[in-house]
Amino acid sequence: MPAAADAPLIAMRGVTKTYSGITALEDVGFSIAAGEAVSLAGENGSGKSTLIKILAGVEQRDSGEISFGGQPQNGLTPRTAAAAGVKVIFQDFSLFPNLTVAENIGFSAELGAGHRLVNRGRVRALAEATLQRLGVQIDLDARVESLPVAHKQLVAICRALATEARLIIMDEPTTALTGREVATLLGIIRRLKADGVAVLFVSHKLAEVLEVCEHVVVLRNGRKVAEGPAAEFDQAKLTRHMTGRDVADAPPEALPPDAPLLMAVRGLAKAGAFAAVDFDLHGGEVLGISGLLGSGRTSLAKALFGLVIPDTGSVRVDGRDVALGDPLAAAHAGIGYVPEDRLTEGLFLTQSILRNVGIGRLEAHGRAAGVLDLAGLWADATDWLKRLAVKAPRVTAEVRSLSGGNQQRVVLARWLSRSPRVLVLNGPSVGVDVGSKAEIHGIIRELSAQGLGVIVISDDLPELLTTCHRILVMKDGRITDELAGGTAEADLARRLAS
Amino acid sequence: MSIAARFAGTEARLAVIAVVVFVAMALLSPDRFLSVQNLTSMAFQFPEFAILALATTVAMLTGGIDLSVVGIANLSAIIAATILIQIAGPAAVGPDAVLWLAASMAAALVVGAVAGLFNGILIAVLGLPAILATLGSGLIFTGIAVALTGGSAMMGFPAATAWLGNGLLFGVPVPLVLFAVLALGIGFLLTRTGFGLKIQMFGTNPLAARFAAVNVTSVLIRVYVLSGMLAAIAGMVIMSRANSAKADYGSSYILLAVLIAVLGGVNPYGGYGKIIGVVLAVLSMQFLSSGLNMLQVSNFARELIWGSLLIFVMIVNSKTGFGMRRGKPAPARPRPEQSSGSGR
Repeated sequence: MPAAADAPLIAMRGVTKTYSGITALEDVGFSIAAGEAVSLAGENGSGKSTLIKILAGVEQRDSGEISFGGQPQNGLTPRTAAAAGVKVIFQDFSLFPNLTVAENIGFSAELGAGHRLVNRGRVRALAEATLQRLGVQIDLDARVESLPVAHKQLVAICRALATEARLIIMDEPTTALTGREVATLLGIIRRLKADGVAVLFVSHKLAEVLEVCEHVVVLRNGRKVAEGPAAEFDQAKLTRHMTGRDVADAPPEALPPDAPLLMAVRGLAKAGAFAAVDFDLHGGEVLGISGLLGSGRTSLAKALFGLVIPDTGSVRVDGRDVALGDPLAAAHAGIGYVPEDRLTEGLFLTQSILRNVGIGRLEAHGRAAGVLDLAGLWADATDWLKRLAVKAPRVTAEVRSLSGGNQQRVVLARWLSRSPRVLVLNGPSVGVDVGSKAEIHGIIRELSAQGLGVIVISDDLPELLTTCHRILVMKDGRITDELAGGTAEADLARRLAS
Repeated sequence: MSIAARFAGTEARLAVIAVVVFVAMALLSPDRFLSVQNLTSMAFQFPEFAILALATTVAMLTGGIDLSVVGIANLSAIIAATILIQIAGPAAVGPDAVLWLAASMAAALVVGAVAGLFNGILIAVLGLPAILATLGSGLIFTGIAVALTGGSAMMGFPAATAWLGNGLLFGVPVPLVLFAVLALGIGFLLTRTGFGLKIQMFGTNPLAARFAAVNVTSVLIRVYVLSGMLAAIAGMVIMSRANSAKADYGSSYILLAVLIAVLGGVNPYGGYGKIIGVVLAVLSMQFLSSGLNMLQVSNFARELIWGSLLIFVMIVNSKTGFGMRRGKPAPARPRPEQSSGSGR
């Protein structure tokens, strides 16, 4: 479309959207210039997703103005938005897993161009050119399902670029990436900017936001609460705007020297995943395990809970051997596991919040012939939801209606109701907003104060440093380093990447 | 719309459908459909496929399916028939006959349980997809039944056998009583026991069930054993009503059973289903079937109607957002080599 010379690429004014009486966005306005990276920050439920959907034409605004290149856009649909060059890369990337990299990148451009027959040569050439434009190397013939997450994301970016993208909206692009992959992504965003492509970076990971964007817009409860050049924001200020309060970061108190030995892992090994893993966990201790993607941290976590069967080694809890490779035995020994991928591994999305908690306590409330004491089961579950301050309209609501932070607390409640001795938390605050994250860290602290052993597996360095007494660093399946909690973040980052 | 309202809506909609079909058939053929004779004969007819529908429902709640129920029903009936004919003999009367009927019933239940165990092992331990495992095993069960009988009908039971399918208990048809007891029992099992809750949670998300330390292998195996035993009971009712046992009785019942479960609001992807819905769906189907019979619609046309109805109901369910996992692949089954197998 012909753009007026000085008009911004995208301009919004007074955009308002309500869903059946609930205001999701109210009077939001900002603009994005060509080649500019703007960060849209906000907690879950602040209206970020609604704004993306309106820009992409998926949802219609109730009032307000949107113009692309100075031209007012009324009745925006996904097709017109895409034709104007607005491309959204959703969290799940919306790729075709069974097709190759080249096909994923080239097909939508090929279809958009109105060709009736697919020309494989043209698709391949386009895919190759696009990958080159980003300066990345991915096998064109690899099936997308076989790629690591970071590469899938690059393929999604390439697909957007192949169809003349002018604005790429990235929805939480870094949640699944390790520190090093995030750095690569930021480099790519810089390249895009140099190419004149604008980027709207939607994230609640704060450090990244400041690094790559010129301009920051903060939403809270559907309203724009702050806007300005990125240079004017620092982490504390962003957090304050997003949450409306200060979130204090304090390292945990030192472990008492007489803390009893709770769990001992010796010589745990699995070919191709991890080797010679030895560590002790004391009562009341929070132990961090970190490492880049592929370092074996998730396999190790799953092995502790019996979901991965180790080849050799032993896990002892309270001096008793735990049968390896059996989640039931692990749970019986008092090990609990909160998985990394809450939606597919942790929750029964369409079941009630109560049932999601209660499933962990069926045995305790079983009577003769397996008949449940339902009243007791629900009272128990309700009690735990209260103790973890889960905010829900009704405990009988589907668990998927909750925000990420509350969902995580539901999974925690399920395990805590079993009074575990050791709790393994894999990525405890992935996809959780800033406020809830601090509260989850508070819960971890409280649990350790009660004498529980907690293992936190994470690549979120500030999280590790504020919650853990000790941090183990994994590389290529081995524990290569050990640091005390409260170490400087830069130090940990260096040891991870070295 | 709130979840509770939507689910209440599913069952309410079914109740309306049952009434509409009943009224429509009554209007189309008032003297015959509403006759005492027709109403009684319906009460004798539907329990056999209704019990099969309960069997498929239990399997479908886990996100699986049991296509072998008709095969299990016939095989169980043939084993029971062998006892009744060869050991008891047609002349048996009195307590003797009752005893042998009970023994044959017990044998049928054992056959059903063993067949279900076979399905359960294929699905839970070896990790085969339920639809293919039970399609195959159903053919095996039917094949064994054919081999045992040479494909012909087995006849000559003691007279007492007829009570199971044609008798009255306090004026109520015995098969209807049997179905009512089983429906209530399964309903209780699903809502009030740990096993029932685990079935529903596993059906919602098998992977999360594994991560929540649910003994998934054991749950799945028990589900198929239960389904097999229900099928065996249905087989006994069919045998009694037909006064014979044969390898290929009720071959159209499998489609009917699945149709009833889906019509009854059981989510074919697992995790949601209510027995009251299945009961209402059974009634609708029986009214429809009986009415079509009176209107002299051919059997072939009826299969066409069942098939179309099944597709139609699934389309309606997907349009209302119920019973479909749109835009999200079904969670992966637990990989068999990682199964614990220690679930008692």
